[in-house]
Amino acid sequence: MSTLNRDLLLSLSAAGHNEKLSKMSETIEEKIKSYRTAPFDARFPNTNQTRNCFQNYLDYHRCNKALSATDQDVAPCDWYQRVYKSLCPMSWVSKWDEAIESGSFPGKI
Amino acid sequence: MAHPSQLGFQDAASPVMEELLHFHDHALMIVFMISTLVLYIIIAMVTTDLTNKYILDSQEIEVIWTVLPGLILILIALPSLRILYLMDEINDPHLTIKAMGHQWYWSYEYTDYEELGFDSYMIPTQDLSPGQFRLLETDHRMVVPSESPVRVLVSAEDVLHSWAVPALGVKMDAVPGRLNQTAFVASRSGVYYGQCSEICGANHSFMPIVVEAVPLEHFENWSSLMLEDA
Repeated sequence: MSTLNRDLLLSLSAAGHNEKLSKMSETIEEKIKSYRTAPFDARFPNTNQTRNCFQNYLDYHRCNKALSATDQDVAPCDWYQRVYKSLCPMSWVSKWDEAIESGSFPGKI
Repeated sequence: MAHPSQLGFQDAASPVMEELLHFHDHALMIVFMISTLVLYIIIAMVTTDLTNKYILDSQEIEVIWTVLPGLILILIALPSLRILYLMDEINDPHLTIKAMGHQWYWSYEYTDYEELGFDSYMIPTQDLSPGQFRLLETDHRMVVPSESPVRVLVSAEDVLHSWAVPALGVKMDAVPGRLNQTAFVASRSGVYYGQCSEICGANHSFMPIVVEAVPLEHFENWSSLMLEDA
């Protein structure tokens, strides 16, 4: 199950939630502006950070897909992109990008 | 760095390594004291015709040499566990660097802002300049800002390797397909050497690691220069 707060995103697609949307965008913008590196993620407290990298990669693409499906600004997804770019080896990212383009990516997006 | 005929650890360049050094001194001192005591007793026993009735079938001595070792073990275990948990503390890194092991070189990726990546090959002995260290120098060093927590994610692109820098108290296996996290703080500016610590083929001994800790402004200058060159 995606760690992304799918319910929140879907609820924001309903009309009349503009205030909530702009507040969320502001906090995310602030977080991205003051981004130094991927912060500690309590879901992955141990030495093995493989899943941390992969999960953020998945979350970025899922976030893009979910927000663009409802014609919303995909800027909040940048957080996931910054994190996966910090954590994931460049070779892994290019391999996965190619797999997505060719349709052979194993993860569920 | 390591020097010929070295017996002890290299000088610590990170707080964790300092703790490890002190713990090692503590445990080794206990070992020396026990060994000296036992050796003395053996020699005393062997070089006398007298018999000491207090150490044969005696309840007192039995209690002493059961309880005392127990206490000594606790004296060793407590600092040991303290360091173990200290090493696992949640830290808040300022910078993430990926160290990827290849046959037979390391590559470093700094991707928090731009995508900076470069390879780090050992300088062959015949190409060394005077004053450089044989089998330890590399063409590109992993530069880090001093006094900043750094997260290193270690992995490999082919076979098992291991990324180790003794002066910083760091060693982490590089496993293909897995991302292993370690962290350190370089307490002072300096150059710290390490070597690949997992057998990985013919040139396993010839893929060293060099970490150069510099003040933050110098680090920023270096990373801009490296990005321009790339």
